[in-house]
Amino acid sequence: MHSFAYRLNTLLTFSLLLLAVLFGAASFLDAFNSPLSASSSHVQASAQVLKVNRFRRQLNGADEVSLTFNVSLDVQPLFTWNTKQVFVFLAAEYETPKNALNQISLWDHIILDKDQAKFQTKVTTKYPLIDQGSNLRGRKVDLILHWHVMPKTGRMIRDKLHLSDFHLPEAYT
Amino acid sequence: MGWVADSLDSIRSCQIRHVLTQIVSLGMIVTSALIVWKGLTYVTGSESPVVVVLSGSMEPGFKRGDILFLQMNKDPIRVGEIVVFNVDGRDIPIVHRVIKVHERHNTGEIQILTKGDNNNDDDRVLYAYGQLWLEQHHIMGRAVGFLPYVGWVTIIMTEKPIFKYLLIGALGLLIITSKE
Repeated sequence: MHSFAYRLNTLLTFSLLLLAVLFGAASFLDAFNSPLSASSSHVQASAQVLKVNRFRRQLNGADEVSLTFNVSLDVQPLFTWNTKQVFVFLAAEYETPKNALNQISLWDHIILDKDQAKFQTKVTTKYPLIDQGSNLRGRKVDLILHWHVMPKTGRMIRDKLHLSDFHLPEAYT
Repeated sequence: MGWVADSLDSIRSCQIRHVLTQIVSLGMIVTSALIVWKGLTYVTGSESPVVVVLSGSMEPGFKRGDILFLQMNKDPIRVGEIVVFNVDGRDIPIVHRVIKVHERHNTGEIQILTKGDNNNDDDRVLYAYGQLWLEQHHIMGRAVGFLPYVGWVTIIMTEKPIFKYLLIGALGLLIITSKE
């Protein structure tokens, strides 16, 4: 005969173990479905800067840019039975004398359904590109598409794809 | 009358053994829970490897009551990651997504800005007064895994303490009264 506490302990441990196993299995199946190394090649995307809406130096001396893009993307291969949503965002990456890396999210979008995972759209920057200084004139900026796959349960998957680069104008608008 | 004293003694010693067993098994439960928690802390490198989502600011990705598994390692924080951070003067850690990263040249120091997916504005309103950026020491970990609903147990326990006391009381009563 076992005590109540002993039984409770066993039950709790077992249910936790079961949950952990299910969690692991879901993550494992996800990895199997879209091998991380190949997932970038499955995603089709492109982005071009159509227009520089505003380019100015703020009163505190930081450069601020607002852009309009053409974005087209197809992330349908990322969707599996265990996918709750895919969070996609377009980020600008550049180097300045002060910082080795500046990463700034410009636009993001939540895709809940596979049917809506392929589209083309014209967007303006949701978050302005603001530098930590005035280093943006003539600066080369890389545009990178990131995605973050959030599962119904299990491990989250992140990856990215370099789309294009562009040079900011030499003068403020 | 010797046999009465004898049987009383035997009952007493039996009860002492029984009580001791109960104490030991209770100790086992507490210790195994501690082992699991500390083991997770060691493996993930984060001081609190599991957090419960308390607000809807990351919906529809994370809902209230979902559980997140955190990890903390040497890899630098990058844009798009979901981090858990502590703001000075706030008790409750926040789970939000990184939308800006600035990394210094030589020192590798980082300054990051976060935002909840479901919020309209970035988190500067949540930071300490006058604080513009989060730094490495604010970060408790990054979310790597996700388990829905399980966190409701702890939410109910913290927000309706009566359930906690009922549960502890019932458990204690059962432990005291249960027979081998």
